[in-house]
Order: sequence, then structure tokens, then C-alpha cells
Amino acid sequence: MSIFIDKDTRLVVQGITGRDGSFHAKQMIEYGTQVVAGVTPGKGGQTFEGSVPIFNTVAEAVQEAGANTSVIYVPPAFAADAMFEAADAGIEFIVCITEGVPVLDMTRVRPYVQEKGARLLGPNCPGLLSAGKSKVGIIPGHITQPGPVGLVSKSGTLTYEVVYKLKAAGIGTTTCVGIGGDPINGTSFIDCLAAFEADPETKAIVMLGEIGGTDEQEAAAYVRENVTKPVVGFIAGQTAPPGRRMGHAGAIISGSAGTAEEKITAFRENGIGVAQRPVDVVDLIREAL
Amino acid sequence: MNIHEYQAKELLAAQGIPVPMGEVATTPEQAEEIARRLGGPVMVKAQVHAGGRGKAGGVKFCKTPEDAREKARAILGMDIKGLTVEKVLVAPAADIATEAYVGIIVDRASKMPVFMVSSEGGIDIEEVAATNPEAIFKLPVDPRYGLLPHQAYLMATRLYQDPRQQRAAAKILQQLYAAFIDAGASLAEINPLISTPDGEVLAIDAKFNIDDNELFRKPEIEALRDESSEAPAEVQAREAGLTFIKLDGDVGCVVNGAGLAMATMDLVKYYGGEPANFLDIGGSSNPEKVVNALKIITSDSAVKAILFNIFGGITRTDDVANGIVTATKMIDINVPIVIRLTGTNEEIAVKILADAGFSAMTDMDEAVQRAVALAKGEAQ
Repeated sequence: MSIFIDKDTRLVVQGITGRDGSFHAKQMIEYGTQVVAGVTPGKGGQTFEGSVPIFNTVAEAVQEAGANTSVIYVPPAFAADAMFEAADAGIEFIVCITEGVPVLDMTRVRPYVQEKGARLLGPNCPGLLSAGKSKVGIIPGHITQPGPVGLVSKSGTLTYEVVYKLKAAGIGTTTCVGIGGDPINGTSFIDCLAAFEADPETKAIVMLGEIGGTDEQEAAAYVRENVTKPVVGFIAGQTAPPGRRMGHAGAIISGSAGTAEEKITAFRENGIGVAQRPVDVVDLIREAL
Repeated sequence: MNIHEYQAKELLAAQGIPVPMGEVATTPEQAEEIARRLGGPVMVKAQVHAGGRGKAGGVKFCKTPEDAREKARAILGMDIKGLTVEKVLVAPAADIATEAYVGIIVDRASKMPVFMVSSEGGIDIEEVAATNPEAIFKLPVDPRYGLLPHQAYLMATRLYQDPRQQRAAAKILQQLYAAFIDAGASLAEINPLISTPDGEVLAIDAKFNIDDNELFRKPEIEALRDESSEAPAEVQAREAGLTFIKLDGDVGCVVNGAGLAMATMDLVKYYGGEPANFLDIGGSSNPEKVVNALKIITSDSAVKAILFNIFGGITRTDDVANGIVTATKMIDINVPIVIRLTGTNEEIAVKILADAGFSAMTDMDEAVQRAVALAKGEAQ
């Protein structure tokens, strides 16, 4: 098993003819993902790499090619509409890789997607990879192998670092999910923890967080109440200098400065093992298994 | 992006909010002249991108134009949280009966813009939030419908008893919401929103934080950027599409991705070194970004070793390798470079580097330890 994507995932790539879209579409096909369609307005009727049909709209990709999942590689100015379009077309799972989407756009996209009954991952995220089955996004395929660990992270490259170290130690993953670090995104730590808890093949969970906000603290409280599987955590930004903060609203609304120290304490108090270095995740996971 | 108080007030005034505006001065003589023109007592206020200006002595009440000149002389050039004051705002001093707080922020927890209002405004608002949270009223806004009139009125009734002031405050809240959306802000606040002894409601101080991701479609807001109030290296980095923050150490770091960049800094410290900077080259990096990154880092004379830590996903490690080779031909680099590359196209990258006489490492901990040792002069 795995979470969110597997061998039955039928993917449409929004922005398949762009630099990033075309490069990563090839990488996903090589990994074994069923890429059933691409979308680039104005290029409908062409094919990508001689085999993947390109459509003008996501609606056609759903009707003609049976796509149920989409991945978005379009520039920030068009990302919000790409997410609205995927939701309107009946896509069940939307993964937005695009970095730099205005946060006010996301305040509109998120409730819209939810009301359509779809799940959104991202934006500004690396996507996800169910080892040996399917990958959607940009996580390099060769850095992990099938195994018992579920991983959820705010940061793309830090995810790669940790799964790469786990693989070097002979430990594989069920699914690695990068949720992205933007203030408003579709899928949270808690959504992934719940899915990993329900997945029988996942035996232990790694959670990689970073400074800012209170997502990690809330996830830690959730772990205590709802997760029976062992959880190991790491927080990046322990040495980051405090910014020159402007205004009072941030501190008023969260009652928290979002420091690494606060998050590490929340992890420890809720029974989550804390790695001091990324490589220390390996030992903690080995003990947990 | 941060903007100055006087710019924030201009955004509010453009929506029709009553704001005693004043004018900006860069010399004591200008401050005197503005105060004379305004007539009556004035406030002289430091314009820097930092909170706590009042507590740092950067905000003064002045009875006469001569007084304004001398207070401006003291404030101009003052250092507030590491920033030099280059400008002061000279604004009419208002008679204050009450001070309220009104603000709106994009809230990570509720995933919506949330208004916060309190009749106990002023410089101690954070303390009010900590000790007496019931004094702060919060209201989430669905941006698909905007701030509804009855919501604005409900908040206004939390601020004032007098019906005339309630109507004035409700209108100001609607206008503040419009300013927040139009500017592409992540935070907009008026603190204090005062009432005068005559019952007028006025915005006396304002702060806006702009979402950097909005700037591509808001050139009029981008034009408010004050580069003189930012570190030159940070301006250079932004123009090159990099995120850079200068720190005090000697290990220059070039990393892709903010999370890995922070973890790299943490690891430099863990192994006994001090990072010289945070630098994220981002995804989709082209070789030019790497050249610019090296230019910025080598311009810091404190840097004793440079560490590349690249884990390629959307970033192609061959692009980074090409950038390193190009940069070392273009600029004189007198400090050792440690390169760690793994991920997308790493075989090509390692070959590009090898052909140019560089060796690449694959383990992050080993690379960090080596860079720390080189910076300390403990390794060759």
C-alpha cells in the first residue's frame, strides 16, 4: 500500500510542453507513472514523446484519457487558474509544483477545491512518490526504494536528503510527501499523518518541519491523540537568525514565534523522537522499527 | 516586501481613510520647514523597516518647528535594529482620546484573511494579546465575498460605543480591507486608530507587509520598494532571483531549497563552524544563478571557505556544475570550494566538474565537516 498515489494513478501533466513540465514528465514516465495526458492550451492534438496525447483543456484529458490526478508546472501567474481548472474537470488529486503563487490566490483556490471534493497538494512543493509504484512531481526516483517508512515534509530538498540517507542504510519508504512551506496549502502534516496511520504497510513515520508558523506544533498534538505508529521528527532552522519583524498581527494571531526550539519541545512533549542532524533520522527510525 | 509608514498611509488615504499625512524629510532643515507649513505641534517619526521604533527613541513629539529640526537631527542617522534612519516623517500631532488596534493578516491556521480588532490599541498591543486575549476580537473573512458590511459593523461595535464613531470605524475597516487586497498584502494594520476629543476617528500609524509573490502583477507596489533601506548584497541577490541573508560567520553556503539551506547552516554550526550566509538558489536554476551566487558570496571578505550543497530535484545538478565552472573562470576566487552534488543528472555534473579539475562529494555531513575545517585553516 501507499498513500494518495499508486499504480492506478492516471496522471495529466498541466504545462507538459514547458521546460520543467517536459523534463519531469519524462522522468515520471521512466519511473513507471501512468502519464495518460498532457495539457497545453493551443497544442491540443499533438503528442508528447510520440505517445502521450496533448489536450487544450484538463476537461478533455479527463474525458478522453481518463485522467484522475493532475500535476501543475505552469508559471505563478497561471497557477491558480490551473488548480481551478483541474477541480472543475473532476480531477480527484491535484499536485501543484509551481513556486511563487500569491497567497491571496490560495485563499480562494483552497475552499474551491475542497468544495469540489478534490485533494490539493502544494503549491510550492516537490510532489510525492510511492516507491516502486508511481511518482508525481519532481522527487528524483532513484533516491528511495520500497520499504516501511512514510515520510512527510515541508521542504523538498531536505526530503531528498533524508530518504537518500535512509536508502543508504537499507531502509525504504511507502510514500514520501512534500507538502510545501507556503502559508496556505492544500494538504497538511495532519492529513498525511492520518493517511499513514491508516496505511497498513507504513510501520513508522518521519516528519520534517522548519521554523515559522504552528503547523508542527499542531501535528505533534495530533500524533499524541491519534497516531499509534512511531514518529520521528527533524526541524530545520535551529540557527536561523530572528527576522526584523514588522507589525504585531503575526504574534497576536498565533501566540507563537514559530522558533525551532518551540517546535522541538512540542515534538518531545508529544512522544516524537527528535533528530539533531538529518542523518540521525536513520538511527531513530531503525530503533522504531 | 516591507514598505515605510508614510507609504502605508498613502495606501490608506487612497482608499479614503482619514489619515493626518504630513511629509517626509531627509534633513533637519526640511523637517523644520514641513513643521512650519503644517502649523501646530508635530510628530517626527523614523522611517525604517523595523518594529519598536518608538521604544528605540525614533518617534518624538515636537511643539515648535525649531524643536522638530533638533529632534529630526537626533533621529536621522540613528541606528534602529541594525538599520540606519535615512528619512523621517513629519506629521501633525493629533489630540488623542482613545487608541484602538485594527489589523488584517493572512492566517496560516484558518487559511483565510483574519481581522483582529481591539479597543486597547497602542504600543503594548502584543502584551494585551498575551495577558488579556479576550480584549482582541477576531473575524475571518472569506475572500470570495470580501468583508461584508455587517461584519465591518460588528467589529466597529467592539471598538466604539458612540454610533457616529461606529459608523466611521465600519467604513475604515471596509477601506482597510480594500487596501489590503489591492496591495497584495499579507498584513495590514492601523495602530493606533485613534479617536479625538471631538469624536473624530483617525489612522495615526500603519504597517503593511507585501506578499513578494504579488509583485509581478503589481508594478505600482513594487515601485514603493526602498533599496536604500536594504543591504546591498540582498538587493543584488533578489535581482538575480536568489534568496540571500547575510550572517556573521565564515563558511559561505550555496544551497538549493530553503529547508536544506537551513539544515546546512544548522550542520555547519553542529560541526563547530559559523555560516556566513543563508543562500537559496531555488529550483529551475540556470548556470547564471550560480555565477551570481558566487559573486555575492565572494564579495564578503569574511568568507574563508565556500560550501555548495545541492540535492537536485527540479534543480539539475549539471546546471549547477556548469555555473561553478563558468564562475571560476569569470571571477577570482581565493578561498577553497567544497562541492556536494546529488540527484538529477549527477553523473553529467560530476563529469563536468572533473573535466574542469574539481572533485565533488556526495555526503552532506562529510562536505560540511570539510568546509568547516578549511575555513578554520585546519585542512588543505
